[in-house]
Amino acid sequence: MADVNRGNRPLSPFMLGKYYKFQLNSVTSILTRITGNALVVEAFLIAWWLIAAATGPDYFAVADFVVTSWIGDLILLLSTLGLWYHALAGIRHLIWDNGYCLDMKSADKLGWIVIYGSLVLTIITIIFV
Amino acid sequence: MVQLTLPKNSRIKTGKTWPKPEGAKNIRKFKIYRWSPDDNENPSVDTYFLDMDKCGPMVLDALIKIKNEIDPTLTFRRSCREGICGSCAMNIDGHNTLACIFGLDEIKGDVTIYPLPHMPVVKDLIPDLTHFYAQHASIMPWLETKTNRPAKEWKQSIEDRKKLDGLYECVMCASCSTSCPSYWWNGDRYLGPAALLHAYRWIIDSRDEATGERLDQLEDPFKLYRCHTIMNCAKTCPKGLNPAAAISHIKQMMVERHV
Repeated sequence: MADVNRGNRPLSPFMLGKYYKFQLNSVTSILTRITGNALVVEAFLIAWWLIAAATGPDYFAVADFVVTSWIGDLILLLSTLGLWYHALAGIRHLIWDNGYCLDMKSADKLGWIVIYGSLVLTIITIIFV
Repeated sequence: MVQLTLPKNSRIKTGKTWPKPEGAKNIRKFKIYRWSPDDNENPSVDTYFLDMDKCGPMVLDALIKIKNEIDPTLTFRRSCREGICGSCAMNIDGHNTLACIFGLDEIKGDVTIYPLPHMPVVKDLIPDLTHFYAQHASIMPWLETKTNRPAKEWKQSIEDRKKLDGLYECVMCASCSTSCPSYWWNGDRYLGPAALLHAYRWIIDSRDEATGERLDQLEDPFKLYRCHTIMNCAKTCPKGLNPAAAISHIKQMMVERHV
């Protein structure tokens, strides 16, 4: 890389929100990352629950208490939302990677579909599960 | 690496507030990033007031008015004042654009002006674009041919020429690359939207005979694949181009040549 820091040059400000406006496209993109990472953590919780079930009734009672407590319920509810969001965002990426809907208007439209779609699918999941 | 805060020497202080013009009724506030290599200080944001009844309609008009009438040390690049040279790209009202073709009426409230994001600052609103230009040079932005030179020009059908529309118009202002979070954090190795749009412009040129070499050069986890389709580039391009689509098409060609 060329030496672009002659004379202790400062780095120009860049942070999203404060110096660079949040936009639908960047927010939906960052949410895809956040939900993806959160789902990994959630998967550990579920795995722990299942391992506890396989280990024995006493240990399962502890794990089950945590998972079905109000905090556990909240985590699972948000995870459901995250799962739907991440799935729909993944489909959006597949559409883009096939060369479709790459114009800004369609991309934003898909962004709203991902957001509202994940909310609607979460509500449907709550009703039927 | 993902970086969420500014380094110590880059944190922004409150700067000078310049006096309001006398007798003006229609006053607007401008907050502008300042940094000078001469005085060993951190960057600051200066506040200026302009009489909008005596100011042109574009952001660049306001900057020139400030430089002429209030503070001659305010430093920025400008040349053509009609969106064709790409010199006056800066971060205006939280997004990158060309000051000369962005209207002051498109901004609500105070006008905030910073240099292009996440770049080393030479002075005030001037970022160092050395690395950005080097990346552009690295994609071989010229016609590469192997067959013998034709007697006259290299010909192209009307349909093939149409494929270059939406690509050749790029003025290399760097608005897109410096709007891209991926470029902020991996700009040392990721080529960024501008260079990749130019790469695609030569890849799909029917007269170019180095398509394979061009794709070989881009087949790299960083150079091309740090694009995560965030689309800040397409959103911000002052010329209405779509680097995100160009990059996506390059990725498609990468897959196609393997199957």
